[in-house]
Amino acid sequence: MIRVSELDRNFKYEVAKQPGGEHLLRCFACGTCTASCPVREIDEKYNPRKIIRMVLLGMRDEVLKSDFVWLCSTCYACYERCPQDVRFTDIMTALKNIAIKNGYIHPAFKEQARLVGTFGRLYEVEDFDNKKRERLGLPKVKGRFEDVKNFIKSKGIGKLWA
Amino acid sequence: MGVKYALFIGCTIPVRAQHYELSARRVASALGIELIDIEEFACCGFPIKSVNTYVATVLAARNIAIAEEAGLNICTLCNACTGILTEVQKKLNEDEDLRKKVNKELEIFGKKYNKGVSIKHFSRILYENVGLSKIKEKIKVDLKKLRLAAHYGCHYLKPSEIYDGFDSPEAPHTLDDLISVTGAETIDYKTKLDCCGGAILGIDENIALSMANKKLSELKKEYVDALVSICPFCSIMYEDNQRKIEAKFGVEYKLPVIYYPQLLGLALGFKPRELGFMLNRIKATQLIEKL
Repeated sequence: MIRVSELDRNFKYEVAKQPGGEHLLRCFACGTCTASCPVREIDEKYNPRKIIRMVLLGMRDEVLKSDFVWLCSTCYACYERCPQDVRFTDIMTALKNIAIKNGYIHPAFKEQARLVGTFGRLYEVEDFDNKKRERLGLPKVKGRFEDVKNFIKSKGIGKLWA
Repeated sequence: MGVKYALFIGCTIPVRAQHYELSARRVASALGIELIDIEEFACCGFPIKSVNTYVATVLAARNIAIAEEAGLNICTLCNACTGILTEVQKKLNEDEDLRKKVNKELEIFGKKYNKGVSIKHFSRILYENVGLSKIKEKIKVDLKKLRLAAHYGCHYLKPSEIYDGFDSPEAPHTLDDLISVTGAETIDYKTKLDCCGGAILGIDENIALSMANKKLSELKKEYVDALVSICPFCSIMYEDNQRKIEAKFGVEYKLPVIYYPQLLGLALGFKPRELGFMLNRIKATQLIEKL
C-alpha cells in the first residue's frame, strides 16, 4: 500500500539533478524498458517501469533501501529502446549513487570501492601475477597507484569500507 | 598501416585473461599495429561509477589525459573500459563546466584534459583502421572448418550514441565480419544480443548465472565449435563460470569460449601456445584439431 503522507514529493527532482538522472521526468510509462530487461526476465523483483513509477511517486525509502536498486546489469537494452530517451541505465546509476550517499550499500559495491580506493585498480596485483606474466613474456603491471588512492580518499569514499 | 596506440589494458585482463592480452599483442604486431604500454594507466573508472559517478568521471579523465600527454590514441581490450572512457570523453567535450571542474581535480595528478584522443576497442580498430581486406591478405590458415558464434557484449555497442554509429546495437555485424574473414562460419542465433550478467555476478549470483545460461543453452542446439568473445567480463561469465552453470542447471555444455584475437591469431599462422590457448579454462582441443 502506498501512504501518501510518507511520500517524498521532492525525490524525483533529487534524482533528476543527479548525473544520469536528468531525463527521468520524460517517462510516459510505456514499459519498453521492462519488456527489454534481461534481469526482469529472470526475476520479477527488478522491474524498470515500476522503479520509475516509485521514484516519480516519491517512494524514496522503499527505493533506496530495496534489494532491486543494485540489480541493473548495465546492458543498456532499455536505454537504446526507450521512445522518450529516459536513459534508465543512467537513472539506476543515479539511484545507486544516492542510496550510497544515504548509507545504503551492497557489499559487492563496497568491495569494488575498497579495491579501487586501495590499489587504484579492481584487482590486487600480487608478485605471483607478475611472475606469471613474465613467464608468458608479458610486461609487468603496476600494482598500486598512490595518487588514485589519495584522490579517492579525499572524496570521502574511504569511509564506505573503513 | 604502422599505427601506434596506447594499450589500455584495464584491471581484469592482466591478471585474469592473459590469453586475451597475449593473442591481442601477437595479432597487433602481425598486422603492423604498435601497442605502447603505459604504466600510469589505472582503473578506467567503471567499477566505481555505481558508487560515485563523479569520481569515476575523474578517474576516466585522468587516463585520457595521460594518453593525450603521450600524444597517443587509446586501444582498449575490455568493453567496460571502452564504454566509460568513451562516455566520459563525450561528456567532457560537450560540457565546459564539467571539463573545468574535472580539470581542477586533475591538478593533483599533474594532468590536464584538453580535447581527448581517439578511444577504440581493439576489435573496432581491426575493423575500421586495419580493415577486412588488409586482414584477408595476411591470412595463412583458412579456418573454414569452424562454426562459431559471436558475442559482442553490451558495452561494445551501447549506448550507441557514444560510438558514432560504428555498429548497430540491435543487429550488429562487425564481429561476425571479422570472424568470416578468417574463413570460419559465423552463425545467427536467438540469444546473440544477450547480456552476460557479469555486472551483477557479485550482487545476485542466481540471476547472473541464469542470464549467462540462456546463451549457453541456446548455443548447445547450434553445435558451434566455440563462442567468440571480446570482453573479459563476458568470458568470465561464459567460460570461467560455465562449470558452475552446468552444475546449477544440471546440463553439460563444454563449450570453448575463445577471444577473437586467439581466433584471428590461428588464421594468421600463430601456434595455439603463442596465443595462450593453454590458459583457456575450457580447452579448445577439438577446435584446434579440426584445423
